[in-house]
Amino acid sequence: MNFVALRMLMSDKAKYFGLVFAFAFSTFLLLNQMSIFAGIMKRTGSQVLDVTDADIWVMDPYTEYFEQTKALKDTDLARVRGVEGVDFAVRLFKGNPTAKTLEGKFASTFTLGVDDSTLTGVPRKMLMGSWERLREAKSIVIDKAGYMLLYPGEPLELGRTLELNDHKATIVGISDASAPFVSFPIIHARYSEAVNFQGRERNQLAYVLVRAREGIKPEDLARRIEHSTGLKARTTNEFVWDCIGYYLRNTGIPVNFGITITIALIVGLAVAGQTFYMFTIENLRQFGALKAIGVTNGRLIGMVLLQALTAGAIGYALGSGMAATFFAVMSQQTATRGIIMPWQILAIVGALMAVVTFVVSLISVRRVLVLEPASVFR
Amino acid sequence: MKTNDHAVRCDGIMKHFGDGEARVDVLRGVQFEARLGEMSFLVGPSGCGKTTLISVIAGLLDPNGGTMQVLGHEPAQMKSADRIVFRRRNLGFVFQQYNLLPSLTAAENAAVPLLADGVSRDVAVKKATAMLDRLGLGHRAKALPRQLSGGQQQRVALARALVHEPRLIICDEPTAALDQQSGEAVMGLLASAAVAPDRAVVVVTHDNRVFHYADTIAHMNDGLIDRIDRN
Ligand SMILES: Nc1ncnc2c1ncn2[C@@H]1O[C@H](COP(=O)(O)OP(=O)(O)O)[C@@H](O)[C@H]1O
Ligand SMILES: [Mg+2]
Repeated sequence: MNFVALRMLMSDKAKYFGLVFAFAFSTFLLLNQMSIFAGIMKRTGSQVLDVTDADIWVMDPYTEYFEQTKALKDTDLARVRGVEGVDFAVRLFKGNPTAKTLEGKFASTFTLGVDDSTLTGVPRKMLMGSWERLREAKSIVIDKAGYMLLYPGEPLELGRTLELNDHKATIVGISDASAPFVSFPIIHARYSEAVNFQGRERNQLAYVLVRAREGIKPEDLARRIEHSTGLKARTTNEFVWDCIGYYLRNTGIPVNFGITITIALIVGLAVAGQTFYMFTIENLRQFGALKAIGVTNGRLIGMVLLQALTAGAIGYALGSGMAATFFAVMSQQTATRGIIMPWQILAIVGALMAVVTFVVSLISVRRVLVLEPASVFR
Repeated sequence: MKTNDHAVRCDGIMKHFGDGEARVDVLRGVQFEARLGEMSFLVGPSGCGKTTLISVIAGLLDPNGGTMQVLGHEPAQMKSADRIVFRRRNLGFVFQQYNLLPSLTAAENAAVPLLADGVSRDVAVKKATAMLDRLGLGHRAKALPRQLSGGQQQRVALARALVHEPRLIICDEPTAALDQQSGEAVMGLLASAAVAPDRAVVVVTHDNRVFHYADTIAHMNDGLIDRIDRN
C-alpha cells in the first residue's frame, strides 16, 4: 500500500509542491538563522581561538570575556611562570588605538601586542608578507578585512604606513584573522611597539598566555595557576565559551534569533500542517473507500505518516540545499567570512523537522482514524 | 430451503441515528435474506434505509438490535480486527460514486483488495488486469480513472469487487450515475461475472429498467421490508 500512499501524495501537484515548499522554507530559515547565530556567537571568541600556540589564558579575576580586560601587574607574569607545569608564559597586550591612513581615513582597532622574543599569538596564517617581519622596527600585521576597511577598493599590498596614535608603523603582513564580533581591524605588533600605540593608558598587560608542559592537561594547570596566583586562568576552550556565555547573557542577540527561529518553526508548522490537513481532507473519500474495502487503521496511519514524512524529507533536503548554497556564497564575502553551516545544526534542524512532520500528521491521522467507512456509500 | 444456502440472514435488525429529540429510527426490525447463487435486489424510495441496511450487513455499521448471519458468521460476535479481515477477504463492494483512487491506474485500482490483503504488487496487478480483461476492459488497464467514461469506471469498480473472489458482493445503486446503455452493460456484466454458485450478490437500486436481472426483489419502505417478489 506504500506506493498507493505516495501516488496519492504526488498526484495533486499544487498541494504537493506547496507542502514540500513549506517544509523547505522553514528548514532554510531554521538552518540559516541558527547557523548565523552560532557564527556570530563564535565570533565573540574568535580572537581567543586564533591563538593556537598557547593553551591557557591568564587574566584578572573579574574578566568575563575577551574585550573586557583589566591590566595585570608585571609581577603576575613572574608568578604564573613560577607555577609547576608551565612550559612557557608570555604577555599579550590588548588595546583599541585608532589607526589612521596617510589619506586620513581612520578606524578603531583591536591591537594585540605579542611577546617580543617568541611572538606567541601572532596569526600563523598570512595572506601576504610574513609574521617573522614583526621583528623589524615599527612593523605591524593587519587583517585583510581591516585593510579593506582602511583602504577600500585598493589592492592588498605591503609597505603602507598607518598611524597609531601618532606613531607611524609599516604594514609587513596581511593576516587572515577570524572576524571579530565588532568589525574592527585586527592589528598585531610586538608588545614593546604596541604599548606605544595606546598612548596615555599605562600598564597594558591584558593577558598572560601559557603553554602547559608535555603531558600536563591544560585544565589541571589552569586550576593550579588560579590556586597559586589568585588570578583567573582559562583554557582556550573554556575562555571561548566564557565569551559566548557573556554575550548570550548580556545582549539581545539570543532573544532576537530565538524569535526568528520560533517564527520559522511556527510558520513551518502552520503552513505545512494546514496544507497537509487540507490534502488529507480532500482525500478522505479515498481513505474511506480503503477502509470499507478492509484496510486496517494501522495501515492507514502508516500511509498518512509516510506521506507526511516523504514531503518533510524532500522539503528538508531542498531547504538544506538552499541553505548550503546561501552559506557557500556568504562565506566568500569579507563581512560574513567564517559563518558556516555546521553539521550539528544540520542534524538539529533535521530532528526538529522530523518532530514538525510528526506533529503535522497527527491531526490528519486523527481525521482518518475517526472516519466512518460507511460514509463511502453517501 | 437449507440454512446454508443463505449468504445473509437478517432477523429484526434495528438501527437508529442520534439520540433523544434528534433520534431517527432508520431500520425498524428488518427481515432480509440473500441466497448463494442468486442476485438479490433491495428496492424502495429514497431515504427508506437501503444504504443503512447494506452498511450493517457489510459490517460497516453496528446494528442496535436484531440478529444477523453473514456467510455463516455472526459479525456481532467477532472482534473488530477479525471483522476487518473477514470483510477484506469475503466482501466486494460497488458504490454509486465508483470511489476509485484517482492517482491509480485501472488495474491498480482493481488490485486494491489484494494489496490490502498483503499480496505483492506485481501479482495483484496481474490478477486485476485479468479481471479487467474478463469485463472487456483489458485494453484500458493502464488508464487513469479520469481518462475513462462513467461506465468504464464502474466496470473497474466491478473488477475491484470481484478480483479477490469474495463470496458476498454488495452494490449500492451501481447504475444510478450512468446513462441507460452503460447501466444496462454494467448490470449485464454483474449478472454474468458476479453470480456464481457459491456467491451471493446484493444490489440496491431503484432503477426498474434492470429489475429483470433479479432473482428476488425485496421492497423496503420506511425502515421495514414489506414485500418480497421472486422472479
Ligand atoms: N449517519 C447518519 N446520521 C443520521 N442520519 C442518517 C445517517 N445515515 C443515514 N441517515 C438517515 O437515515 C435515513 C435512511 O438513509 P439511507 O439508508 O441512506 O436511505 P436510502 O439509501 O434508502 O436512500 C435517511 O433519513 C438518512 O437521513
Ligand atoms: Mg442510498
